[in-house]
Amino acid sequence: MARLIQAALVTAGLVPAALIVWDALHDNLGANPIEQITHRTGDWTIRLLLGTLAVTPLRRLTGWNEIIRYRRTLGLLAFTYVCLHFLTYLVIDQGFPIQGFAIRYVVEDIAKRPYITVGFTAFLLLIPLAWTSTKGWIRRLGRRWKALHQLLYVAAALGVLHYLWLIKGDRPTPVVYGLVLVALLVLRVWPRRSVTAPLRSPDAPPAADPLPLPLRARALDPS
Amino acid sequence: MLIKHPDDFRSSEITPESLYWNRRQFVGAAGAMIGTTLLPSLTPLPPLHVRGEGERGGEDDKPNSYEDITHYNNYYEFGPDKRDPSEHSGRFLPRPWTVIVEGEVHKPKTLDIDEILTRYPAEERVYRLRCVEGWSMVIPWNGFPLSKLLNDVQPTSQAKYVAFTTVYRPSEMPGQNTNILPWPYVEGLRVDEAMHPLTLLVTGLYGKPLPNQDGAPIRLVAPWKYGFKGIKAIVKIRLTRQQPPTTWSMAAPDEYGFYANVNPTVDHPRWSQKRERRLGEFLRRPTLMFNGYAEQVASLYSGMDLRVNF
Repeated sequence: MARLIQAALVTAGLVPAALIVWDALHDNLGANPIEQITHRTGDWTIRLLLGTLAVTPLRRLTGWNEIIRYRRTLGLLAFTYVCLHFLTYLVIDQGFPIQGFAIRYVVEDIAKRPYITVGFTAFLLLIPLAWTSTKGWIRRLGRRWKALHQLLYVAAALGVLHYLWLIKGDRPTPVVYGLVLVALLVLRVWPRRSVTAPLRSPDAPPAADPLPLPLRARALDPS
Repeated sequence: MLIKHPDDFRSSEITPESLYWNRRQFVGAAGAMIGTTLLPSLTPLPPLHVRGEGERGGEDDKPNSYEDITHYNNYYEFGPDKRDPSEHSGRFLPRPWTVIVEGEVHKPKTLDIDEILTRYPAEERVYRLRCVEGWSMVIPWNGFPLSKLLNDVQPTSQAKYVAFTTVYRPSEMPGQNTNILPWPYVEGLRVDEAMHPLTLLVTGLYGKPLPNQDGAPIRLVAPWKYGFKGIKAIVKIRLTRQQPPTTWSMAAPDEYGFYANVNPTVDHPRWSQKRERRLGEFLRRPTLMFNGYAEQVASLYSGMDLRVNF
């Protein structure tokens, strides 16, 4: 069953990319196709990042523990889209390696245009996260894995800033993404009580204790 | 609408490479020359085939398709996305329409749009349009020089600027119900920019009346400036003594200035202006000073620091 859901998730996650290809082949990307491809791959990167960050709060709110196994899928889908987004910029937009001086323009962009600086930084941050997403690495890093993967919040925040800084005028979409990100961060931190962390110290009061457990159990939350 | 077709472009108007490399000196000399001798005989047609820098040398400026020009628009009165104007301007009515011309003039007028079309026959002008966002098109406009209208209203000696206002009709322009920009959209030119032969009031496109999404029924085109200076759906033209406010400059004063001359040496605070994406082409091309119209307009700005007056 889980495998089926995983397969469905990956398929669904790749539909936006397939639609981009479809639209490209049917000349349905409008007058500025490169802009459309760049925008759509970027948009899906942020959405999937937010989806990844929504897993833990959802797990806590619904008690559906198994959802955690789909988090990696969502994260890697986000990483797929960020790679497509960056490659679109690098190869199709800037023309590297075909167009001369392209790499110089890219380096200049990254160094001098704040929205590209934060976007590129976000991309770089996602690389070690994708790399260490395997069970082997979770084992190898142990406790440090969780600390490392907190970087996802930073990457998502930089992604929102990247979007916010590239548009003209007061447009709602990046602000909405930003608010969602803040909400997810808040939900991460509160409520503290985790449904899967029933661990208590031996001399803790019995379960009938009317006081809530959160303060003691929180430190051992494995999620 | 009477359409006069331009003479064929002369190869002598193509910028020779040696001149290109010494273009700053050339522009200074050309400015002086144009100002003193050539202006009366200057044909009102811009050189269409100005060559770019070495890496893109030899590319002609092919007009973009009608489909692209009418479906890729920045016209926030109808929404902020490029497809919004074509999708949401269906309810907009460009008739009946009047344009008020007032202010520092001896003969203010209120003109019906059809009067304008009759009195000032449209010519075909194929111009480059460079958006501040970094894309560009080549557009065969149909219009007449703004100077003709301004001469008829006789600006006084106090008239230093020309201010333009777009219609305010939130019932027909859904974007005006949001505050993405202050409404109505306003723009302005210095009087010498307004009187320049390149500056057009445009009423048609590809020989057809201007569609709603492109600024029907009448809009401004100043091809050496960023596209946002091309105010659309004009209802008022006012000659003023002081520099008038302009919408994008009000929205983000450190990003959009009054002059907004296309200038690859002055970057937007958030992105570079050195290159542009010509719609329909695969790789980017270098942006030209004054959008390739330097020969005709550079003299307007001699002595001005274009980094300060951006």
